Amino acid sequence: MDFKGSDTIPGPRSEDHLPHTAQAAVKIVIVGGFGVGKTTMVGSVSEIRPLTTEETMTQAGIGVDDNYGSDSKTATTVAMDFGRISITDELVLYLFGTPGQERFWFLWNGLFEGALGAVVLIDTRRLEVSFDVMGRLEERGVPFVVAVNSFPDAPSYPIEELRTALDLPPDVPIVECDARRRASSRDVLMTLMRFLHSLAMSGALT
Amino acid sequence: MTPPQRKRRRSRPDVPPPPPPPSTPPTPESGEDGDNKNPERLYVISGADGARAELDLVTLIVARAAPPPSVTPEQAALLRLCLAPLSVAELSAYLNLPFSAMTALITELITAELVQARAPIVRQALPDRSLLEAVMHGLQRL
Repeated sequence: MDFKGSDTIPGPRSEDHLPHTAQAAVKIVIVGGFGVGKTTMVGSVSEIRPLTTEETMTQAGIGVDDNYGSDSKTATTVAMDFGRISITDELVLYLFGTPGQERFWFLWNGLFEGALGAVVLIDTRRLEVSFDVMGRLEERGVPFVVAVNSFPDAPSYPIEELRTALDLPPDVPIVECDARRRASSRDVLMTLMRFLHSLAMSGALT
Repeated sequence: MTPPQRKRRRSRPDVPPPPPPPSTPPTPESGEDGDNKNPERLYVISGADGARAELDLVTLIVARAAPPPSVTPEQAALLRLCLAPLSVAELSAYLNLPFSAMTALITELITAELVQARAPIVRQALPDRSLLEAVMHGLQRL
């Protein structure tokens, strides 16, 4: 169903309304290379049909994080899929999946700022497509866990071999998942939350 | 088969600071309420208690009033959408407007006291463990 071309503004379905008691929201960002299943993961755990928001990256916005040279001084529209999970009557969790060109995610003002953390979804057939985004998360101090989306024909590496290949510290969790399955995606989010909790306990979260 | 090898990066203190709020508001053309429309108001967002609140993708917006006849069609549509709380991201999706355009639109409505913004909880230097635990409990019920 394509709402975007219709004349009326469709709102949320009545069952998708948040309660009036909803006071605050938190967000988690799911990142990874093209086609590794980020949108699938958002959709499998979201209580609403995933929605898409977008932002136009202007020259001014690009200047905020100008690591890319002068070739990016044009307006670019970046779209992002997101879903929602009601945590309590007062607290809502939003999950943002970032399709398309990863170099633009970090130009989106406020996408990573304030996020609790991130899930880096990887496909072992193309590990290297996630290298850059992991580096950018590290540079920004955004805590993340790694989830290996288990595609049937993908090579299976022992977790410790992956850890070595990804050059990840021993405390960063690496888990396998099936992003199509709600329970599996939920477990990935739980892994991230437990990791964040351990960081909070150790006082290492900055 | 050996996987390709990555090299870890260090946290860089010089990574860009949180950027200023998007500053591409539409020009307000209607001064029907006679309030003082100086430019600075677009950068000063007041919550219900007058506290400053920048709009995040997950700031929850809720209408304080039914759309008065004076508002633009876009503002009226937004006010109807957020009779119950909705995030800026959801409003952006339903109205098919980019995030920065949404923040400008919502800023106008906050200034006019037609909507209330409920600030998101952001990751802080001293994280709130009870918040993390609440999220974990919520996920366990999924």
